[in-house]
Amino acid sequence: MKYVDEYRDGRAAKAIAAELSTLVVPGSHVKLMEVCGGHTHAIYRHGLDALLPPEVELVHGPGCPVCVIPMGRVDDAISLAERPEVTLASFGDMLRVPGGRRRSLLEAKARGADVRIVYSPLDALALAVAEPEREVVFFGVGFETTAPAIALTLLHARREHVPNFSVFCNHVLIGPALRAILDSPETDIDGFVGPGHVSTVIGTRPYDFVCSEYHRPVVVAGFEPTDILQAVAMLLRQLRDGRAAVENEYGRVVRSEGNPAALAVLDEVFTVRDEFEWRGLGSIPHSGLRIADAFAYWDAERRFEVPGTRIEDPKACRCGDVLRGLAKPYECTVFGTACTPEQPLGTCMVSSEGACAAYYAYGRHRPHEKVHA
Amino acid sequence: MSDAVVTLADGAGGKASRRLVEELFLPELRNPMLEPLGDAALVSVNGTRLAFTTDSYVVRPLRFPGGDIGELAVNGTVNDLAVSGATPLALTAGFVIEEGFPIEELRAIAASMARAAHDALVSVAAGDTKVVERGAADGLYVTTAGIGLLDPRVELDAKRVQPGDRVLVSGGIAEHGIAVMFARGNLELELDVVSDTAPLHELAGALCALGPELRWMRDPTRGGLATTLNELSAGAGATVVLQEEAIPVREDVRAACEILGIDPLYVANEGKLVAVVAAEAADRALALLRAFPLGAGAALIGEVRADDLPLVLVDTPFGGSRIVDMLVGDPLPRIC
Repeated sequence: MKYVDEYRDGRAAKAIAAELSTLVVPGSHVKLMEVCGGHTHAIYRHGLDALLPPEVELVHGPGCPVCVIPMGRVDDAISLAERPEVTLASFGDMLRVPGGRRRSLLEAKARGADVRIVYSPLDALALAVAEPEREVVFFGVGFETTAPAIALTLLHARREHVPNFSVFCNHVLIGPALRAILDSPETDIDGFVGPGHVSTVIGTRPYDFVCSEYHRPVVVAGFEPTDILQAVAMLLRQLRDGRAAVENEYGRVVRSEGNPAALAVLDEVFTVRDEFEWRGLGSIPHSGLRIADAFAYWDAERRFEVPGTRIEDPKACRCGDVLRGLAKPYECTVFGTACTPEQPLGTCMVSSEGACAAYYAYGRHRPHEKVHA
Repeated sequence: MSDAVVTLADGAGGKASRRLVEELFLPELRNPMLEPLGDAALVSVNGTRLAFTTDSYVVRPLRFPGGDIGELAVNGTVNDLAVSGATPLALTAGFVIEEGFPIEELRAIAASMARAAHDALVSVAAGDTKVVERGAADGLYVTTAGIGLLDPRVELDAKRVQPGDRVLVSGGIAEHGIAVMFARGNLELELDVVSDTAPLHELAGALCALGPELRWMRDPTRGGLATTLNELSAGAGATVVLQEEAIPVREDVRAACEILGIDPLYVANEGKLVAVVAAEAADRALALLRAFPLGAGAALIGEVRADDLPLVLVDTPFGGSRIVDMLVGDPLPRIC
């Protein structure tokens, strides 16, 4: 497969890996966070951690859109779906996410709620046009990666005067989440493998503060094995040279200024919430998007009575620590016992991109000897 | 189970489906023929060993590139018999038809069943039709059952699988599932992949010539190769280790899976078999399969290892390995 196979070449990957060990001081310990769940998934799927020198530890960040949605918001979506007039449209992987009492949209659907999987928010809008007697609500989830598609859909809805469509907006911003992690007193992360897809939209500049204020290097990376290894090499070079800069390994897709057209529609359709609750991380200021007043008509939170449920994260689970790179999935006492992909307790077990789910699915057979103090 | 209800995940062939069978149906219906939960039950009638099986088909759309529900219903049951080591003898077919269903479409589906039965050398020996009110079914559901004569040369059982045995697949995987997914028409992508629906009686029959060196066979339908091999691993109490680069997947199928964020290992096949053979018989098995056009793409994909943990592992080209677990429900496309 062109543009994929080149980046999955085992020999090329091993060549980069050989270089990695020359970039670290033997016996030292470098802790790097891959921010994006897509990276976590790729690292475990391809078994890339086997190629890292023992001095380098990768920890998993908060960039999994499914994982960071708090249970209360899932319950709110379920309550919308249970309204007799509502058809709730959602991306597929939100369907199995449990809310409070471990109930999911999939189960609400089985009990009669009209829940449908769509591949694009535009499909949800088309559904509203095709079924004018239904109130179609799109469950908007994701970082700046997916938000522009929802913004465009709302622009379409306004232009075409679609009266029976709205969006339940749960979009979040990556910058404030990184800041929250960096501000956490226990944080000991030396550098960041920056998210790839979200950077196609926002560019690399929004990470400048990580270098200027916190003196940590950031390398934005693609999702293939050689991308990730190359980004690790670039981070190790910066650390060796005492630099902290934003660099771009994913130049074939990401530009420093991002995608100006996408940023413009985000600006037009959304405003930043004062604060938004994240699963595992708690409330983070200026970290979520809401639908701007000009589009209030299509805002499900203003069209319907949304309960605004708040549910505390389960006490037994250490997702907050996993998301901040302070604990490995297997260090949590409920990992693989009370918390499995079938019956997830914590956020990180929910989506295949969550650190715990990726580790459970792909890596639980490995000995845990690569645990760093 | 209190107030629990059935969800679509319970019908996806993964862990949820297995739980439904093992925790609900098996305790109620338990008997020695059902107990092994194979693709077909093995029964002995006056000293004649038979395989007996049934399967229901609820595919949407009813016609898809490469086949339709009628062909699928015949091939599916033929294949369940064939991979049990049996020569298919006869099928029955039950039709649940929604009021308003076009007669011509029904005729076309019946004709395609006849063609498929002819190709697989079986007869549809009995049948039943029921018509339900509009809205009570989605067009047409078909259930087939079949009996076959077990080949005396083989005794197929996961418990006969031994460390060192080799795993083969008869051709490229994931084609049926991807063809149907794209035929639903809501992806706005075009793809020339057709369903691989085909009868496996010839391939399976050929492998039976290996006698006791053929340990186990299955057709990896719903839940894909990953689910079938997890059943093997659990049944054999051994680890199955696959070589990622050896698993045949058509280029365009792989691209489609890549776009959807789906692993081809979990996507359904309707004309492929996976077999475990003794290591020394692996090359002969491959040659037997490749002698047929349907088996031209056959490949050795892995081996069985003794281990405390019954798992399926994939060795990646990067020197690492990962678990290939059974999914809970359907593979769902990822957000980003």
